[in-house]
Amino acid sequence: MKEIEFTVNDPNGIHARPAGVLVKTLKTFSSNVTIFKGDKNVDMKKLLALMGMGIKQGDTVKIQIEGDDEEACAAELEKSLKENF
Amino acid sequence: MQVATGKSVLNGIAIGKIKVYTPPKVVISEKLIDDVEAELARFDEAREKAIDQQNALYEKAVIDAGEDSAEVFSVHAMMLEDDDLIDATKAIIQTQKHNAEYAVKVAFNNQARVFAEMDDPYMKERSADIYDIEQAVLNVLFGIDPESMQGTEPAILVANDLTPSETVRLDKSLLLGIITREGSLNSHTAILARSMGIPALVQCGDVASKWDGKTAILDGYNACAYIEPTEDLMTSLRNKRDADLKQKALLQELKGQSNTTIDGKTIKVYANIGGPSDIGLVQKNDAGGVGLFRSEFVYLNSKDYPSEEEQFNAYRLAVESLAPKQVIIRTCDIGADKQVDYMNLTKEENPAMGCRAIRLCLTRRDFFKTQLKALLRASAYGNLGIMFPMIISTRELHECKELLQECTEELQKRDISVGNYSIGVMIETPAAVMIADELAEECDFLSIGTNDLTQYTLAIDRQNAALDPFLNTHHPAVLREIKMTIEAGHRHGAWVGICGELGSDLTLTETFLRYGVDELSVNPVSILPLRKVIRGIDLRKEPEMK
Repeated sequence: MKEIEFTVNDPNGIHARPAGVLVKTLKTFSSNVTIFKGDKNVDMKKLLALMGMGIKQGDTVKIQIEGDDEEACAAELEKSLKENF
Repeated sequence: MQVATGKSVLNGIAIGKIKVYTPPKVVISEKLIDDVEAELARFDEAREKAIDQQNALYEKAVIDAGEDSAEVFSVHAMMLEDDDLIDATKAIIQTQKHNAEYAVKVAFNNQARVFAEMDDPYMKERSADIYDIEQAVLNVLFGIDPESMQGTEPAILVANDLTPSETVRLDKSLLLGIITREGSLNSHTAILARSMGIPALVQCGDVASKWDGKTAILDGYNACAYIEPTEDLMTSLRNKRDADLKQKALLQELKGQSNTTIDGKTIKVYANIGGPSDIGLVQKNDAGGVGLFRSEFVYLNSKDYPSEEEQFNAYRLAVESLAPKQVIIRTCDIGADKQVDYMNLTKEENPAMGCRAIRLCLTRRDFFKTQLKALLRASAYGNLGIMFPMIISTRELHECKELLQECTEELQKRDISVGNYSIGVMIETPAAVMIADELAEECDFLSIGTNDLTQYTLAIDRQNAALDPFLNTHHPAVLREIKMTIEAGHRHGAWVGICGELGSDLTLTETFLRYGVDELSVNPVSILPLRKVIRGIDLRKEPEMK
């Protein structure tokens, strides 16, 4: 299992459009991806649930990636988070 | 004549017959179904068709309203692929044996409610997106053709409310204006109308179905609509509309043209912007580059010191998306009237003459170096200019350049490459004007900040209205300083621009051209009007005495 910690930089938080692109990217991997904020967690491949987390600028989230392609998935995810959020 | 009021989305006038749109009434049956599989298939089919429609709307909106406004539809398409939403709908069909229409309504409404109850205002508004895609799926299920809301003649469309999908579907050639009872100035519908250049009135409580077929004027300037207007009003507003359209067409014609006078002198017309969100405006108004990118937004929008990474991302976005156009970023101009809590600046008796801009940066060097490194990193992605504000001595400029060198070396140690960039100085004080020759010797360009230069030359606080009788914004002292700076710059190998408010003062454009100015940097909306004036100037003619 891989784990990523990430603090959201984007003043808009996790907005619909970049979140949608992120979800699309994640769906190309077989690994399970779960995002944690405080005591809440959701499947990160689900756009509406991810948006429902209400993640704002300055929030720190933890993401767990588990599966056969977890290395590649984590690398891609990290890149995408840095670029878009 | 009836006068109806609302909120205006766009300064513009529409004149024509009203078409009142009433959405078709649909009744969702609560009768239970027998064939679950068939009903699931109906839902899937409708959902996929709705996705295709949203993708098609995206393509249409990109052309009609631009990429930013169009994004809402690609989000809709993605939302329609959401597993939770699909599962919730299917569960209602499977377990409760309801038909697809009923299941869609219940499941989508639940999701809309989740968003509506969130604290974040942005997320709250996403409930409108869910209702929009719900309508899209239901329309397919009911076989309703959403294209049929307009009549066959050009008209002002009146409706209770319009979803973004409905707005983009409208045939622009038949759409003169929009009036809705609901909606807000920031709704997607308003944004779309604005970027399509359609006059629109929202929150117009007077909307009535009896308006259908009547002649009306939508006056966006005054946020009202006249139903069955008087002849006089009709004539005067028709003239205004025609003048508007002429102006618009003219400006459109100027896009892609050069800023060249009749006798063949070309100058640069750049844009002043306040953050990466203005990049679209730079492109839309056909600016040659950015002459003043105020970097304060990175400090003012932040609760703590913005990191190098954060700043780099913002600068890179601007530089990269506008490349190969030049983007001139002014380093931190905090202090005086721009205060930031976390910086704990000392309260000063006279902040305009205090520790602001470059003085603050050279006092807090680590803070300054964070910005310089972010800028240097961004220089690898396009055509960057770095401009220092409030310089009054060559020593300050030397120190800035030394810090740039120091930062470059530190970045190289981190294996980060630095691109080419040019260096400029803002001329904002009489002191800088006097030594413009020496400054020009040490940098690539000078940019005259006329707001501060006027204030410091005339010793008049521009915010103090009591001094208005004493303030002459065309004061000969300021104009001579501009002339001196341009000449000094040219003698010593630097190009010279103007980025203050005087740059967009069209009554001075010819004067500045005669002085030999190389660049004028103005608000994005002033670019095309300025281009128009430049193209009408002939420098061979004797200047008119003013």
